[in-house]
Amino acid sequence: MAESIVPLARLDVSPTDKRSSGWHGLVFMIATEAALFVYLLFSYYFLASQSAGPWPSSGAPSLAVALPSTFVLLASSGAAQWGVMGIERGRSSRLAMGLGLALALGIGFTGLQLWEWAHKTFTPATDVYGSLYFTITGVHLLHVAVGLLILAFLLVWTLMGRFTKARHEHITLGVYYWHFVDVVWLAVFTTFYLTPRLG
Amino acid sequence: MADVALPDLNGEGSGALQGLWQAKPGVLGWLASVDHKEIGKRYIITAFLFLVIGGLEAEMMRLQLARPNQTLLTPEQYNQLFTMHGVTMIFLYALPMLSGFSNFLWPLLLGSRDMAFPRLNALSYWVYLFAGVFIYSTVLIGQAPDAGWFNYTPLSGKEYDPGANIDVFALGMIFLGVSTTVGALNFVVTLMRTRAPGMSVNRLPIIIWGTLTASVANLFAVPALSAACLLLWLDRGFGMHFFDPAGGGQPLLWQHLFWIFGHPWVYALVLPAMGIVSDALPVFCRRPLVGYTAVALATVTTMVVGFGVWVHHMFATGIPPLAIAFFGAASMVIAIPSAVAVFAWIATIWTGRPVFKTPFLYFAGFIALFVIGGVSGFMTGAVPLDWQLTDTYFVVAHLHYVLLGINVFPVIGGLYYWFPKAVGRMMNERLGRWSFWVSFIGFNLAFFPMHISGLLGMPRRVYTYGAHLGWDATNMITSVGSVIFAAGVGLTLINLVVSRYRGAPAGPNPWDGSTLEWSVPSPPPPYNFRRIPIIASRHPLWEARLNESPERSVLDSDLALDHGRETISTTSLDAEADSILKMPDDSLAPLILGLGLTVLFFALLWRAWWPAGAGLAICVAAVAFWLAPTADPVPAKERARG
Repeated sequence: MAESIVPLARLDVSPTDKRSSGWHGLVFMIATEAALFVYLLFSYYFLASQSAGPWPSSGAPSLAVALPSTFVLLASSGAAQWGVMGIERGRSSRLAMGLGLALALGIGFTGLQLWEWAHKTFTPATDVYGSLYFTITGVHLLHVAVGLLILAFLLVWTLMGRFTKARHEHITLGVYYWHFVDVVWLAVFTTFYLTPRLG
Repeated sequence: MADVALPDLNGEGSGALQGLWQAKPGVLGWLASVDHKEIGKRYIITAFLFLVIGGLEAEMMRLQLARPNQTLLTPEQYNQLFTMHGVTMIFLYALPMLSGFSNFLWPLLLGSRDMAFPRLNALSYWVYLFAGVFIYSTVLIGQAPDAGWFNYTPLSGKEYDPGANIDVFALGMIFLGVSTTVGALNFVVTLMRTRAPGMSVNRLPIIIWGTLTASVANLFAVPALSAACLLLWLDRGFGMHFFDPAGGGQPLLWQHLFWIFGHPWVYALVLPAMGIVSDALPVFCRRPLVGYTAVALATVTTMVVGFGVWVHHMFATGIPPLAIAFFGAASMVIAIPSAVAVFAWIATIWTGRPVFKTPFLYFAGFIALFVIGGVSGFMTGAVPLDWQLTDTYFVVAHLHYVLLGINVFPVIGGLYYWFPKAVGRMMNERLGRWSFWVSFIGFNLAFFPMHISGLLGMPRRVYTYGAHLGWDATNMITSVGSVIFAAGVGLTLINLVVSRYRGAPAGPNPWDGSTLEWSVPSPPPPYNFRRIPIIASRHPLWEARLNESPERSVLDSDLALDHGRETISTTSLDAEADSILKMPDDSLAPLILGLGLTVLFFALLWRAWWPAGAGLAICVAAVAFWLAPTADPVPAKERARG
């Protein structure tokens, strides 16, 4: 038998911190999803730059609903993170509360988005601006739906007592995904609601 | 023979490992397997099948074009054939074939027991298979994609192409993108996590560099195609205006998005194949690769520059001169890293003692074809020349020299090289040489005259041509050559099938190779390594003869890791032992998720919203089952082993 140069006994088994395979997988998953939004927003800016008339033709969209809904989504991220900090101290009831609150606020954001959709004066088929608006906010909303599903499953598993102070990698990764959905919204919000006001 | 004693194959603990790692018997066990070697072989067989289908499509077109004014095919049939030929070869053969090699080889090369995400690996195969079936499904109703593999708008818009043809293209590309993305992600994380101790980044085989570079690129490039296809599908099905000038859209947006994806993609189709040559060619030159570091860096550089050349597909679209100048210059700069690799291979042959076995012939042939294809690429990188040659057969000749030259020739050489490892038997050498010479002569006979057809002004994608245009001779030669080339590939196919049953036994290291895969039995056991090796150099099996340092790799270490399915995890750069990874058991969840996605995409194609919801529900259930946390993931006693 060869000499032992690897201290086997001192190695962790399936670490759950940033050395875990799951963490690495999530980072690259987020990278490729972020690239998808980069290309969608590239399409927006490309088509805006090629547009002959004023952009958007209906004027800069109102902030009346979009701005509050942005804060709702940010608050949802915050609530989820508050829950994560709870389980890091071993408090799974605080985690459950955080996830429940994040879920409720996320559903609130979705409701506000759908309300705004319903009150637009244009449709996806009106012109290319309408196509861009509904497609890009729609793809984001799909990501919100995925995030809400993740939060819901995490909440159920939390209530089943599956997570402890030592083992809660699912929570960390799921909530990171939720933060990502939040950050994407900031990019979408900036593009659609703020950049038309710059000109 | 190799310099080191290979580990005892049936040593202590091998029976227990066999029990832990082997798939369960029966059909369900086969469907649930997550063994990277099994998945790699499935990828290779499926991709080879698509190569044959795409080849038959090409032969039908060559029959039509052999002489002027033929009417074997209608224009519409011809459109579907050249589109499906391109889609099949580029999307369903070229990258999946390389994924097959990499899936089979990576853990064996890296000294690991599996990929970082074995179940994700199974998912990437199933989704590839189902997406391939999906893309071919509308052939049955005569509505296959028919606007070319790059599917330009407005030709691919609803107005000019009202059938299901383009919808199946758009949805199929998004579907296939799922497979490419999860596969790429798996390669990247595997590289970062599951390597043997000592397998530091400066010791990685070049095919690892090639596949890693291609995978990182795919993660950032594939979303551009998915986005483009989504927008096109919405334009076609829901009256949106992304590519419709009447509603403020721009057809050119499609070209930008497609080629932002497409150009990195063509490098993803060649870099792992160049890696095959960089690793296997030196074995037949009896020396290490010349310029390892330069070749590894050239691999990465090619891709970095490759993200900045997409507009060279669009020189003739009226883009501003400044942009054209930039992209033309970038397209020429990219010749430099390619040349670095070519000179490294030539120097390896020059300074080595070549052994002229079949794989060597294919690799040497590849170098010749790469140079020809590279030069014609450099020519079309020159903007004024491109204006003359774009959309002619010159470009068809160029792209076949690079894609067949840099992908198919290394792949077939690689099949001859690694077949003994995968199957345990040698391929027939005499038949192999025949296959090479027939393929090589047929290939050049088929594709070299295409340059001339193009210079004489023959446009690509015409279903026939008049007799007075001077294209008769070159087209006839091309058609004859294509049949000879197909016969050469056919000889390899026969060789594969016959050798599978009748080949001479290979033994663990028939070529006297230097890398880790040759240290294990042929075929490798389900657990790959009875003991995780500890690596001290780039050539663990050649250390005594090279004698580059006094350090020696340890192939028979004490790293048994037999408390369940386990492998070791190391740090990303230096590969120091970091932790022990519990690996998942076989699972049907990937197959079920793949089937759920298939239901979803067929439902989207026919716009059947309830079945789409059902498909989605299957997907959600499969993912939730897959990812559900176990009640107690790691028993407390496991954490303090020793």
